[in-house]
Amino acid sequence: MSAPANDLLTRAAVLEGLPDHPAIKALLALSPEVLIDARFDRGELTLTIAPEQIRAAAEAVKMAGYNAFEDTTAVDWFPSSPRLQVSYHILSHSYKERIRLRVMLPAEDPTVETVTSVWPGANYYEREVFDLFGINFEGHPNLRRIMMPDDWAGHPLRKDYPVEGYR
Amino acid sequence: MTETAGTPILEAPQALGAHDQHMVLNMGPQHPSMHGVLRLVVEIDGEIVVRLYPEIGYLHTGIEKTCEAKFYQQVVPLTDRIDYLSPMANNLCYCLAVEKLLQLEIPEKAQWIRVLLTELTRLNSHLIWLGTHAMDIGALTVFLYCFREREDILRIFEAVAGQRMMTSYFRIGGLAMEPPLDLFDRIQSFINIFPEKIDEYSNLLTGNPIFRNRLMGVGVLSAEDAIALAVTGPNMRGSGVDFDLRRDMPYSSYEKFKFSVPVATAGDCWARYEVRLQEMRESVKIIQQALDGMPEGPIKADAPKIVLPDREKMKTQMEALIHHFKIVTEGFAVPAGEVYQGIESPRGQMGYYVVSDGTAKPYRVHMRNPSFATLQAIETMCKGRMLADVVAVVGSIDIVLGEIDR
Repeated sequence: MSAPANDLLTRAAVLEGLPDHPAIKALLALSPEVLIDARFDRGELTLTIAPEQIRAAAEAVKMAGYNAFEDTTAVDWFPSSPRLQVSYHILSHSYKERIRLRVMLPAEDPTVETVTSVWPGANYYEREVFDLFGINFEGHPNLRRIMMPDDWAGHPLRKDYPVEGYR
Repeated sequence: MTETAGTPILEAPQALGAHDQHMVLNMGPQHPSMHGVLRLVVEIDGEIVVRLYPEIGYLHTGIEKTCEAKFYQQVVPLTDRIDYLSPMANNLCYCLAVEKLLQLEIPEKAQWIRVLLTELTRLNSHLIWLGTHAMDIGALTVFLYCFREREDILRIFEAVAGQRMMTSYFRIGGLAMEPPLDLFDRIQSFINIFPEKIDEYSNLLTGNPIFRNRLMGVGVLSAEDAIALAVTGPNMRGSGVDFDLRRDMPYSSYEKFKFSVPVATAGDCWARYEVRLQEMRESVKIIQQALDGMPEGPIKADAPKIVLPDREKMKTQMEALIHHFKIVTEGFAVPAGEVYQGIESPRGQMGYYVVSDGTAKPYRVHMRNPSFATLQAIETMCKGRMLADVVAVVGSIDIVLGEIDR
């Protein structure tokens, strides 16, 4: 795939600069509203997905050739709003290229549908995000804490959780 | 489809009645075959594994949280401690990620030395895997042989970085210091003898009927399951998926090296053994090419605001002293943005996801470690097999608990 030379920082610029990108095409075919924002920065494509559509979007990009799930994690943008970002890194073995899907979630009751039905390998990663960020993954087969003890209070990787912990 | 760690089985078998012969057994966390502090809760019917559930987190130290309180350059020593058997791979992945954020070009010589040492790290890691795996199966001799060669590699690391295990030799913008003058000769004399040593291990194990019977057909993972469960690296290639980031998405000038990617199709413990043994031979080829074609030039990028000056300059030049003081006390600001850098570590695809908010401390550092994903596949591999096979499977997937728990 020919990568553009410059960074493309808005949705319109990405749609213009990468008209034939298989993942973008698949998402737009699903529905134009799925793709809220797009960014091509430092050679990496970031696609912001409407949170309620993440499973459908995951299925669409998987069908488009992005077959290998690599990683899920979150970023806490406290105190800005929307507060939580969940990033999915998906690799394509055939295109030899990686894309990043992301969803933005509010501080109040952050919930997003699980992608374990699309990629079973997301299981532990979503458990980790649930444990350390307190984000709920709807439909996850076994949403329990994975790193911290089961009776732990709080979510350590949130920005309002002190580095030294509560003593 | 595979079922990954479905419902937790902690205290009792799921249902009595038809299953009242089942027993729940704890393997680990303190068990010599668990390669660290892994706890496997196994439900067995006689000696047959019915369900298996890995319980992790015993080594969780919150490295990702700690990173957020450090300057960018202070994170490098933390990355050593994630996977203590392949520190250079972690150093490399983190440095590449931050360099991508900074859009910093690294001199060719530094890139080549990074390749050279990362491949030595791969040998180091694979030697530990081979030794402990064979020891789990009952072949103690191989363990001692492997540690003999590993000692040579650790001596090379000590000469390079001053540290045997926690090297921290790769820094943002290049390398920590010039390698010692006789380094390349030492590595050359090591790889001159090393292929013979691989033959020696192979002679001890490949024809050994006990070793063969314990591994062949045990712990089978299909190619579809490997991709679905995010299993990567030698474990995935043992299942017949021909993908290697070094070849397919090259970084740090791997595109300039010629090597083949070993693949086996059976997907069992034996296939993983064959793939890793072959990978060691390929690593030797890469090291030889790196030694033969080592370019000349600096080992640090020309970026005085990011890379620490040499001691000599720092003590004689005012400007260098100021830069040194600024970097050490205030760090350096990294432009806002997010990057994900993937590399092929000895255990599979490693990835560092670094988010910057424009300050001198990373806003978020996340490590994607191959062992963490590999552990998801362990139930698929062990189900329906004998309890003793669990030990063979855990040995063959080459996990490091430090990297799983972080």
